[in-house]
Amino acid sequence: MRKTISTLLAVALAAGAAFSAHGAAAQDYPAQPITIIVPFSAGGPTDTVTRLVAQAMSEDLGQQIVVQNVGGAGGTLGAAQAATAAADGYTLLLHHIGMSTAPALYQSLPYDPQTDFAPIGLVTEVPMTIVARRDFEPETLEDLLAHIRENGENITYANAGVGAASQLCGMLLMDALDTRMTEVPYQGTGPAMTDLLGGQIDMMCDQTTNTTTQIQAGEIKAYAVTTPERIDALPDVPTAAEGGLENFELAIWHGLYAPVGTDPAIVERLSASLQTALATETVAQSFADLGTAPVPADQATPDALAEKLATQTELWAEVVAAAGVTPQ
Amino acid sequence: MDLISSLGLGFSVALDPINILYCFIGVLLGTLVGVLPGIGPTATIAMLLPITFSLPAETALIMLAGIYYGAQYGGSTTAILINLPGESSAAVTAIDGYQMARNGRAGPALATAALGSFFAGTVATFLLAAFAPPLARAALSFGAPEYFSLIVLGLLVSIALAHGSVLKALAMIVLGLLLGMVGQDIYTGTPRFTFGLRELFGGLNFVSVAVGVFGIAEILRNLEDETERDVGIRKVTNLWLTREDFRRIVWPVLRGTGLGAVLGVLPGGGHVLSAFASYSAEKRLSKTPREFGKGMIEGVAGPESANNAAAQTSFIPLMTLGIPAHPVMALMIGAFILQGITPGPNVINQQPALFWGIIASMWVGNVLLVVLNLPLIGLWVRMLSIPYRVLFPAIVVFAAIGTFSINQNIYDVYAIAFFGIVGYALIRFGCEPAPLLLGFVLGPLLEEHLRRAMIISRGDPSVFVTRPISATLLALALLAVVIAVLPSIRRKREEVFVEED
Repeated sequence: MRKTISTLLAVALAAGAAFSAHGAAAQDYPAQPITIIVPFSAGGPTDTVTRLVAQAMSEDLGQQIVVQNVGGAGGTLGAAQAATAAADGYTLLLHHIGMSTAPALYQSLPYDPQTDFAPIGLVTEVPMTIVARRDFEPETLEDLLAHIRENGENITYANAGVGAASQLCGMLLMDALDTRMTEVPYQGTGPAMTDLLGGQIDMMCDQTTNTTTQIQAGEIKAYAVTTPERIDALPDVPTAAEGGLENFELAIWHGLYAPVGTDPAIVERLSASLQTALATETVAQSFADLGTAPVPADQATPDALAEKLATQTELWAEVVAAAGVTPQ
Repeated sequence: MDLISSLGLGFSVALDPINILYCFIGVLLGTLVGVLPGIGPTATIAMLLPITFSLPAETALIMLAGIYYGAQYGGSTTAILINLPGESSAAVTAIDGYQMARNGRAGPALATAALGSFFAGTVATFLLAAFAPPLARAALSFGAPEYFSLIVLGLLVSIALAHGSVLKALAMIVLGLLLGMVGQDIYTGTPRFTFGLRELFGGLNFVSVAVGVFGIAEILRNLEDETERDVGIRKVTNLWLTREDFRRIVWPVLRGTGLGAVLGVLPGGGHVLSAFASYSAEKRLSKTPREFGKGMIEGVAGPESANNAAAQTSFIPLMTLGIPAHPVMALMIGAFILQGITPGPNVINQQPALFWGIIASMWVGNVLLVVLNLPLIGLWVRMLSIPYRVLFPAIVVFAAIGTFSINQNIYDVYAIAFFGIVGYALIRFGCEPAPLLLGFVLGPLLEEHLRRAMIISRGDPSVFVTRPISATLLALALLAVVIAVLPSIRRKREEVFVEED
């Protein structure tokens, strides 16, 4: 199995190299519709982010962009498919923070996130929010931290399973407080939100894309956002640092990648197009509605994404090991 | 309250000619993809999302919703005609619907499905309009223990699905439960029965299993009979329901609608249970339960109504709380967001025209579906006269393409072939695939809720009997077992009595 994949990879690399040697390819690019693989099912937050960006990029590139959902195995199936695709710039991957956690969580990953891809640029960094059921006693983040320290495993903490953003956030929180809560996994944060709304569980930490409307409607309590600055959609929610939780920063960053070996001129073109897309009013507005924002233009670059991927891979390897999670 | 004025606002949106047109396009597309085995509403809605960018929000969402319930409709067509269910709910319709088709009664079966769905859709739309917010609140009181007990009740009651040996039915349920365990355990991430293949980490695809054990197995069985290639219809009698048929479907449709409407509101798997529950209920209440599985019209009318009612009421948690009940609903959330509307408790107040417009359009869509489908029945039935040597390769190809399109996972296609052979072997052994599918669908839910309930209660099993809703459901389950066992005990006692006499 592994062997066939690496053979395939070699063939793909060779094909990519042959292609990039062809100078004309970059000038005509894009001459046909582009496919962006999203390694999660349609309708989820990553899919939504991708479709918004794809729409704006397709206007800039003058070519149709098809979003293809290849879900399963924590995003590694879709990433593997993108890694082995022809490196001609017509198959891209939009993946989130899972790109950097996969090496720590999966034993036999058929690709290396850092060497099998040519980064194009960061897209957005979605803040996380620490939230609880409406009638949970603590009023502020400080109260909450004391409450967690005191009650530990009597508190139920919902997450969306191994490797999910919600689980990573919980790991960090428990790591910071040096205590454990009872983790309750769900199939995605949608059902977890249902139980939080119904008061079946105590707390959760999830992306603003999923929590903002419920917080605004007063259906759940919000204690903190996990970014250095407060966010526009939730001006009353303090940052973790304001509330007394130092060095607690976490954002679900999304990046756009091409298979390694893609002509640098094409990567350059795509990066420029990504920057243009992120600067449009539609994307900014739609992202704001979701409680996030496009990254600044200097972050939507290959270097920024490569840097992010490298530091995050290192960070999560440590956190996952500290949490005692065995890779599968 | 101002329900009338709200509905008035809704209909003024839904009856806008442009919206009617898109609603029609939606239900037509939905029917078509429902009829093509395997290509489900999820893939279609995903493909059409980009097109809806340019449409106004109401129009786009009305069309997408139309695809969803249109597909529910179309899915039963293939279940009845060629024993190929595309969704869990249609699997139940296939049991008696396909037998009706084989008896030459494909027309009445399709008409029953259409009329039952229409009635259920109309009632459920009204419920949605009148009670959406309070119903959604009530559904939130269902936690893990309640869902666990509900599924236990469903499983116990549904042993009635089989019409042969109870032992074989139990064996099939257990096999289904085992198949449902394939994949990564969500609690620990441990892969189970995946043989090191990451493609199996997500578990087996329902469509692959259903298409395999129902459709492909049936094709294999048909092919073994070289001389009798005119599979299915011996002689098509009438296309329409007789007066007697109407009399027989009235109560099943009413009961199915009630069951489906209630179960559909529960976001944690209620809609999955609806068709199974309705079938079991009809079989229990029937004077001739032995005829079920041989082409009983009640076995089509009940589940089809339940299924459609649940499809409609499953919009309640979506539109009032922003919670998706299943993958299609998750996709609808994506569609809302792409339109700049975040579904949640605020939609009804901030976007009343949108909220009520979608609800009203569901009724319009149901009318369009009946208008569209009743004349098509003749055409569908004629499809059965296509020579089988032409029809069956087409079915296999479409099923493979459709299944592949869901996740672009080639293992899903291998699974069709594998389960086709398994299904054929099961038919040969006299085992039925319906209980297997039930176990496959409910098994993972059962495990998930059981473990979650135990985690939250910190290992205390009394939680299932101390929470009132859960306790009530378990008591009902016990009652169901007692009722099932009682007649046979009584009969045995009578037999003993007779012998002694």
